[in-house]
Amino acid sequence: MIALKVNDKSYQVDASPDMPLLWVLRDLLGLTGTKFGCGVAQCGACTVHLNGEAIRSCVTKVSRAQGQNIVTIEGLSLNNDHPLQKAWVEFDVPQCGYCQSGQLMSAAVLLRENPNPTNQDIDDAMSGNICRCGTYPRIRQAIHKAAEMQKEGGKS
Amino acid sequence: MSSKKPFILIVLLLAAIGITIMSFKGAPVDHNTLATLPKDSIGSVKAFMSVYKVLKSARCMNCHPNGDVPLQGDDNHLHTMGVKRGTDGRGLYAMKCSNCHQAENAPGIHTPPGNPKWSLPPANMRMVFQGKTPRQLALQLLDPKQNGGRSKQQLIDHMASDDLVSWAWNPGTGRTLPPLSHTAFSAQVKLWIAKGAYAPAR
Ligand code: FES
Ligand code: FES
Repeated sequence: MIALKVNDKSYQVDASPDMPLLWVLRDLLGLTGTKFGCGVAQCGACTVHLNGEAIRSCVTKVSRAQGQNIVTIEGLSLNNDHPLQKAWVEFDVPQCGYCQSGQLMSAAVLLRENPNPTNQDIDDAMSGNICRCGTYPRIRQAIHKAAEMQKEGGKS
Repeated sequence: MSSKKPFILIVLLLAAIGITIMSFKGAPVDHNTLATLPKDSIGSVKAFMSVYKVLKSARCMNCHPNGDVPLQGDDNHLHTMGVKRGTDGRGLYAMKCSNCHQAENAPGIHTPPGNPKWSLPPANMRMVFQGKTPRQLALQLLDPKQNGGRSKQQLIDHMASDDLVSWAWNPGTGRTLPPLSHTAFSAQVKLWIAKGAYAPAR
């Protein structure tokens, strides 16, 4: 059994240590907000936080996550009220939505480390998250908006 | 009791003579295991040229780029996804090296290679290989201000046994190896330095 802490909840999972964390999250824990895109760290759809870093769960073995702090899109905020989530709604960012939980998890690391990102900072943080629908302009707008909301005292 | 005194004095005298003689032997910069051979600029440069070929191979040079973007593939193209060095060499924001690169190579082709130390040199010690002539690279490697503060012995140790350097010879599926084996490479590094650490003329 492997002990995991996901979104502040403790789990014991019966998984091989080399099972990708993404499999564990989706198939064993039922947390299907995190998506499978490429399976080889090329697209960003599977991004979750491991001790606050935006790791790609498709290439991360569950053994690396053992005893560490994992946050998935389901745990990004308590009431879907992270400034990024609010800005995403305001700008109607998603089209099909498939890439968006990965986009949000990556953007959350950017805003934590750089509360006032420029367009270049957004490119530096987000260019590894691919959106088949091409929602990039709205993602950019929404990140700027979320940065403002965060500054105005929105929940971070 | 007192008959032991001359004996002790002789021992001390011999030890002092020994230490004096040893300290007059050809003194290399490093006093540990740095081997020296007779100075030989031709042999030293020849050894360095083998070292140079390895350092300019994709497995080594791709993480020693002259810009702030790592390189990928045998054609040394810029790392896809717009990955950047960051101040500590470990990437930026959601694009940190270890977000994809694990402690070991991921299985299969076109998957992220891995090592616990996966990173570029930091921004204040960029250790660029790309675009350097043999002479430039040799001088850079020998200069502690540009080589991460390494003595010649530390340079040899780094090339011979650092595990991120060693990764180049275990790069995972689908990646070519450097042109020499790791053992042959380390031997050439040692030879280069033992024969005087000469830099090629250009
Ligand atoms: S599914 Fe993990 S990066 Fe594409
Ligand atoms: S919204 Fe469809 S892939 Fe991004």
